[in-house]
Amino acid sequence: MKSRSREEEHRLAAYFRGEIARLATKPVRLMEVCGTHTVAIFKAGIRQLLPPEVELVSGPGCPVCVTPNGYLDTAVAFSRQADVIITTFGDMLRVPGSSSSLAAEQATGADIRIVYSPLDSLEIAAANPGKKVIFLAVGFETTAPTAAATVLAAEQAGLANFYVLSAHKLVPPALRALLTAGEVQVDGLLLPGHVSAIIGEEPYGFLAREYGVPAVITGFEPLDILGAVYLLVKRIAAGEAALDNEYRRVVPPAGNPAALAVLDKVYGEADAAWRGLGVIPASGLAVKAAYRRFDALAALPVTVEETKEHPGCRCGEVLRGVARPADCPLFGTACTPEKPVGSCMVSVEGTCAAWYKYGAGRWQV
Amino acid sequence: MKDERILLAHGSGGKLSHDLVARVMQPAFANPALDLMHDGARVEAAGAKLAFTTDSYVVKPLFFAGGDIGKLAVCGTVNDLAVSGATPLYLSAGFIIEEGFPVADLRRIVASMRAAAEEAGVSVVTGDTKVVEKGAVDGIYINTAGIGAVIAGTDISPLNARPGQDIILNGPIGDHAVAVMAGRHGLSLPASVASDCAPLAGMIKAVLAAVPQVAVLRDPTRGGLATTLNEIAAQAGVGIMVDEAAIPVRPEVQAVCDILGFDPLYLANEGKAIIFVESPYSEEVITVMRAHPYGREARVIGRVTPAPAGQVGLRTGIGGVRLLDMLVGDQLPRIC
Ligand code: SF4
Repeated sequence: MKSRSREEEHRLAAYFRGEIARLATKPVRLMEVCGTHTVAIFKAGIRQLLPPEVELVSGPGCPVCVTPNGYLDTAVAFSRQADVIITTFGDMLRVPGSSSSLAAEQATGADIRIVYSPLDSLEIAAANPGKKVIFLAVGFETTAPTAAATVLAAEQAGLANFYVLSAHKLVPPALRALLTAGEVQVDGLLLPGHVSAIIGEEPYGFLAREYGVPAVITGFEPLDILGAVYLLVKRIAAGEAALDNEYRRVVPPAGNPAALAVLDKVYGEADAAWRGLGVIPASGLAVKAAYRRFDALAALPVTVEETKEHPGCRCGEVLRGVARPADCPLFGTACTPEKPVGSCMVSVEGTCAAWYKYGAGRWQV
Repeated sequence: MKDERILLAHGSGGKLSHDLVARVMQPAFANPALDLMHDGARVEAAGAKLAFTTDSYVVKPLFFAGGDIGKLAVCGTVNDLAVSGATPLYLSAGFIIEEGFPVADLRRIVASMRAAAEEAGVSVVTGDTKVVEKGAVDGIYINTAGIGAVIAGTDISPLNARPGQDIILNGPIGDHAVAVMAGRHGLSLPASVASDCAPLAGMIKAVLAAVPQVAVLRDPTRGGLATTLNEIAAQAGVGIMVDEAAIPVRPEVQAVCDILGFDPLYLANEGKAIIFVESPYSEEVITVMRAHPYGREARVIGRVTPAPAGQVGLRTGIGGVRLLDMLVGDQLPRIC
């Protein structure tokens, strides 16, 4: 992937920059949907390479960020049950729910364990037969197949004490919701490479067909992103709406059929609540009836507190691309990565965290 | 913050460490030598200009590719003296050992301390040994303190950073942290990756002898290059711009970082020095460094700028510019 020499990279980068500057004759707003893209853009200093006409806004592509308070409240409620072990990716620990967080519960004795793969949960379940092990299944199409495979592995191993609390979400329906709402004017979309490696190209076809918005599936190297911006600016200048796949080396047009098959076996589409976007039809994944005994919500009783939002936090608007982190009065003062108030500052892929860490707009040359 | 507790991140060498020292230690002990917050304090005793420093070593695992806790305990303190512009002379060594610790391991550690001390030209002239109950420490902790004689005609201080100076680094970064982490997690590494742990006193002395005009010297240990540059920028009230493409990182180290989600700019080094000098002297500094085994890959990695005061910028591989902030919290392996 890094087979180009440094000189070639520089030449290409300079070419893309020049073309973008030449073609961007009127203001355009491009949204990078994916949190990994957001971080890559800031890390490579790409914003500073673009002419003022080209604005990059971040979208709802950080799975931790879009997980709503209600889900965290449910996880917290489960974690307070004496016979429950919660397994989760580390990012979720510090995300505040309505009145608590998993980290706070852990500090007061809840058994919450960080795993690096959902499959680790199965070992924990096998080693703790007297406990119920609940995996917090959070993520987009990228991670959902592994969670599905874990359910199948649990079934095969005959584990009766493993459950998932699903907050898996699907990217295309969220894009449709954003474009339909029309709250944020988007002229082009940078689409997530990892998600696309699973689902392929077709699920994004509606963007150009129905909404007339050009979109590019792209990778995470700085040159991938700069190249994708160039492709979008070129399409926009030509008045074309099309879907381009800049990331063919990783994203086959048909995606990954094996992963999709596993996913389809265990999960079915369901309405899902997103932080900032509300409930979006068919935008989430729910465990299918045949595997209901692995679905924590269906199989285990739990009483969840009433959901409250954090006063002042503007994560919802940030996730919809209608507010920038700097528009939030708490940004950098009451809310920092050390003491995050909202999910966008908690997650390493969150927009607020990236703005803070890489000093968006803070470096003037 | 009545109930505030010490977190592991308070020891990471990043922002939280700084806040802790600034809020708790500095007010308690305030004096001119301490307030400079250099790696070693400059003091005077009976007319002699001395540098004085101390550090405790709690590394896990105790033995890693390229070194062990003993070598580290000597090199770390020697380097703190060297980057204070001093010739290291005497060390103390304090050992806190867990009951049950193998004597053979202790011998190995002490032998490597001796070898490092010999190379650095210092003597361990006093020491202390305590044994504590099983579980009270993890194997062995070592504290070393050191005294050195300030090299006449030099003036090293972070406050000397001025716009227009070049910033020179003696070689690739991140090797130490990656070697230790690999040891900790049982990862196998290519043989080319080992800790850079080394006593730098000889190389630095040669540089100062040739170019006494060197203004700032630091070793980017915990918190890495990024944090050290931020400290200097903040203390001197200058801006710093470094060039990502000029900062050497071994491809093997980068590969491990990519997998674990680490940024080499924030990783600890134990054999690296950063030198700020007016640019007409850069070439000579680099020539002297390259003549030394620990400075073969010395090069200019950036410059001091007048603004924005206190901030470090990074010119990225594809030509963008972004803030290079201090490390916030601990670097954790990324999960998803
Ligand atoms: S700065 Fe903090 S409180 Fe404000 S929107 Fe971002 S995460 Fe939410």
